[in-house]
Amino acid sequence: MSDWEPVIGLEIHAQLLTKSKIFSAASTRFGAEPNTNACLVDLGYPGVLPVLNREAVRLAVRFGLAIGAEIAPRSVFARKNYFYPDLPKGYQISQYERPVVKGGKLTIRLDDETEKTVNLTRAHLEEDAGKSLHENFPDATGIDLNRAGVPLLEIVSEPELRSAAEAVAYMKAIHTLVRYIGICDGNMQEGSLRCDANVSIHKPGEPFGTRAELKNLNSFRFVEQAIEYEIERQAEVLESGGTVVQETRLYDPDHHETHSMRAKEEANDYRYFPDPDLLPLEIAPDFVEEVRATLPELPDAKRERFQSGYGLSAYDAAVLTAERELADYYEAVVAALGGEAKLAANWVMGELAAALNREGLVITASRLEARALAGLIRRIVDGTISGKIAKDVFEAMWQGEGDADEVIGKRGLKQISDPDALAKIVDEVIAANPAQLEQYRAGKEKLLGYFVGQVMKATKGKANPAEVNRLLKQKLGG
Amino acid sequence: MFDAAEVKRLAHLARIAVDDTTAANLGGELDTIMKMVDELKAAEVEGVEPMAHPLALSQRLRADAVTEAPERDLYQQNAPDTVAGVYRVPRVIDRS
Repeated sequence: MSDWEPVIGLEIHAQLLTKSKIFSAASTRFGAEPNTNACLVDLGYPGVLPVLNREAVRLAVRFGLAIGAEIAPRSVFARKNYFYPDLPKGYQISQYERPVVKGGKLTIRLDDETEKTVNLTRAHLEEDAGKSLHENFPDATGIDLNRAGVPLLEIVSEPELRSAAEAVAYMKAIHTLVRYIGICDGNMQEGSLRCDANVSIHKPGEPFGTRAELKNLNSFRFVEQAIEYEIERQAEVLESGGTVVQETRLYDPDHHETHSMRAKEEANDYRYFPDPDLLPLEIAPDFVEEVRATLPELPDAKRERFQSGYGLSAYDAAVLTAERELADYYEAVVAALGGEAKLAANWVMGELAAALNREGLVITASRLEARALAGLIRRIVDGTISGKIAKDVFEAMWQGEGDADEVIGKRGLKQISDPDALAKIVDEVIAANPAQLEQYRAGKEKLLGYFVGQVMKATKGKANPAEVNRLLKQKLGG
Repeated sequence: MFDAAEVKRLAHLARIAVDDTTAANLGGELDTIMKMVDELKAAEVEGVEPMAHPLALSQRLRADAVTEAPERDLYQQNAPDTVAGVYRVPRVIDRS
């Protein structure tokens, strides 16, 4: 079974961050009362005409530029015809033969730190359909058309992914990118970023197998689980002499399996044709350059700069640049400190991340501003407190007890670094432990740790550890 | 050649009700239309840009502003069945 090679391509739908819909002036706000965001254009009333939203075009171009794709100077909207109650017009306005974004590529990173470049086929603009509500309606389906007409960018990869892990890494890279460039909020629970996966398996060197399309994988975990399940299912089908059917399958996370949704052969003829209500979309080079000028530093470039500029490990740089806001926070800490990039990285990824996680906060909602965290780290660097005490100070700051200096002063946490004061305590500790002293001098040198512990206990953790070590070694040696 | 079964299949895909007599007649008509399509297909189009629209104009763009007010009650007056602001339709079976 291990010699099957999976072939995976992803279609990711990113909801573009516009205020109004792609072809109408109705609101796109999430969470509105059912059908209050659906205007006559979205409802497909006779006599209405779609008018394209400039911002949706700008955001699509932004994505194209970020992946180094070609921005089509001329693209065409087409009708994709099918019947479903959440599609009032009987067709979805999409792009077919001439998408707005062609090609492009994205580098993904796997857990083992290897990199892979994934080519994209295209990205095109389209409108979303409405939502079918299957629960709460006995023998009926409820239809909410608020989402109908919401602008989507469908991002299509080449079938170049070879494992579920690669598919997840690719989706994460898209998730990071769309938020970096501010075209999509990436909120998968609200459906702002959705993923379909085309999965087939074959023996290396042989033609690709028949693929199944897995629908609506709305978390990274589901993407991975659904693809893994599907690979195994297809291998079992083929090895027992069967054939894989081209079909759409829905992932059921509760039972960790996929179900056939509907056979595609017939209904799959979408009879695409150019939408006569919409003229071709022409994008002038000036417009493209205007958009290019507003692109922020992209994740790859930022990660490389974090490694070379701050001397961070590949892992640290990847974690800190996963979100633009986190990267900004980190850079603000380093700027306030005027250096100490590694120590700052440890604190942002350690204590701060833990505190944020614990309370389910995003970095922009952090209770500690970058400057405040820098203030704390500065006191470690200048020897006022030890790293261990700093954790208590951090906690107090997090609870709103003031800035680092206030907490240190109020709680009397200032580190004891004065050699004379420490020497006195060290002498007392040695005098109180004659048996241990004898063993140490007889060669049991790991007892040094015991003495350090005793000094720390006597000073309530405030003794400067480096100084304590130095003094103990000197005095214990006799 | 469009036989009655093929016409019925197309009618089903287009959600149009077509009875057997009509289906038999439609077959011949569709054949005539397809003959004309075949003639069109014979035209030399090598190197000709496909035409997406008969007008030599490009799409006008709209500013991203919400100007539509929520008019749900008004729009739903035309709907055969609604409940709590939601359109109610016969159960859609997704799964086989």
